[in-house]
Amino acid sequence: MIQLDRLSKSYNGKAVLDDIRFTLPSGGVTAIIGPNGAGKSTLLSIIGRMIKADSGRVSLEGLDLATAPGAQIARRLAVLRQDNHPAARLTVRDLVAFGRYPHSRGRITAEDRDHIARALDYLGLAELADRFLDELSGGQRQRAFIAMVLAQDTDYILLDEPLNNLDIRHAVGIMRLIGDAARDFGKTILVVLHDINMAAAYCDRIIVMKGGQIIRHGPPAEIMSAELLSNVYETPVSVHSLAERLVALY
Amino acid sequence: MLPESSKRKITLRLSLLALMALAAAALFMTLGARGNWGFVLPFRGAKLAGLVLVAVAIALATVVFQTITRNRILTPAIMGFDALYALIQTVLVFTLGAVRVSGFDPRIMFAVELVMMLGFAALLYRWLFGGAARSLHLLLLVGIIFGTFFRAIAGLFQRLIDPGEFLVLQDRLFASFNGIDETLLSTAALIIVASVAVLWRMLPVLDVLALGREHAIALGVPQDRMVAIALILVTILVAVSTALVGPVSFFGLLVANLAYLILPSARHAVILPGAALIAMICLIGGQVILERVLSYGGVLAVVIEFIGGIVFLVLVIRGAAR
Repeated sequence: MIQLDRLSKSYNGKAVLDDIRFTLPSGGVTAIIGPNGAGKSTLLSIIGRMIKADSGRVSLEGLDLATAPGAQIARRLAVLRQDNHPAARLTVRDLVAFGRYPHSRGRITAEDRDHIARALDYLGLAELADRFLDELSGGQRQRAFIAMVLAQDTDYILLDEPLNNLDIRHAVGIMRLIGDAARDFGKTILVVLHDINMAAAYCDRIIVMKGGQIIRHGPPAEIMSAELLSNVYETPVSVHSLAERLVALY
Repeated sequence: MLPESSKRKITLRLSLLALMALAAAALFMTLGARGNWGFVLPFRGAKLAGLVLVAVAIALATVVFQTITRNRILTPAIMGFDALYALIQTVLVFTLGAVRVSGFDPRIMFAVELVMMLGFAALLYRWLFGGAARSLHLLLLVGIIFGTFFRAIAGLFQRLIDPGEFLVLQDRLFASFNGIDETLLSTAALIIVASVAVLWRMLPVLDVLALGREHAIALGVPQDRMVAIALILVTILVAVSTALVGPVSFFGLLVANLAYLILPSARHAVILPGAALIAMICLIGGQVILERVLSYGGVLAVVIEFIGGIVFLVLVIRGAAR
């Protein structure tokens, strides 16, 4: 489990995260939703050690993320942020191989090769493995980065808007895959999403953020309420039951 | 983690580069030699050693600098080292006079230049370490501003200086591969070998740093510390080579980009040796052509800067077109 203890972060006196306390249980897929500027990405970046919190503490199964060695954390927690532009000209396989760095420090073993091949297969990238990243479409590149994160083989995975640039087929594919990974391998996945309906359909838990605070969390059925969503997004939202699913219209 | 075919291609190309470098060195040692081999070999050997040291230092410094800044048209010269070197020379000639400066023990000059450049870098890097600004780009900007500042002061002194003295100064400001002082070679070699040894151990880390800050952190690399170490090594390499032969800003750009072009790999274990070999081929081969074909009819640094400048323009224009 990931414990957030009194996390705060402000930029130029404006609080982006305001005294966040939360315990994310292990297992399952959890979505963070909320309007722009709610602090979703900041929260994910702090858990992922990209940004330092002004105060408070993040711990992963008792391991303090601020003080534990980076290499040790990287074997248990993988993070993928938005906007990925490597400077070097890499093939898909090179990129996915970087996911093994925390385990093998650049010396690829037979076990690493298995992980890399499996991650490539899992994302349908086997045929593109030797293509260069700059020859791929946005969606293919996004899948390559997700394959890298899977190859890292960690119990915890953080994804910041992984569905950006993806068409419906690949967006649904990624969400199914995330769900499968959580179920089959017992991974704990925390994902920032913009699409409420995607979150409701494919996640086990939803965290709603607004104004730097977590205002609600629970299973999709509890979160998908017209009143809550209308308030959070400051836009009229209605929720309907369609084909045994809750769907928000806005 | 490469298919066999491209692995073979890389091995082949690296071997070819090594052969060419060896051939250039052999030509340099033997071509047009007359008289006593017992004199020619040690005399040319020392020059060759100097060229090899400068080639390795510049090539590695540039590639590593481009990796940590994630920009392939930058060279460490952007940090203002060349300008500082010019300022040191200018102030020395201005205050002490060309005759006395030329009479200095080269070892003391070398030490003074090295200490000043490293001292300047240390001050600059306090920004990075001190936590006041943890941004590499801010550091680069500060470096650019200092470079302009140094150049402006040096320009002022150069206008005030006696025209005769200025000619001497101008000569000192062009990189010269003819006058590498032999007494400095062992010291320079020691410093460069030590830096290369540290870089060698950092090879996989450099590969990860090229992915960018966030990926490096996610993969468990202590990014800030590793960038700082890499930057210090770059500084040492640049300072040593500048103190040995003078400023050669475009040369690194040229060899680094040739290495990226020739070697289809992003791994530093391939690119770094490749760039060093290309640098050796250019420097040694260029010196052979200069000495034997043009019979000292030009300055190698000018030729290199000319070609380097053109490559730089091509890179910028191609980058803009993309």
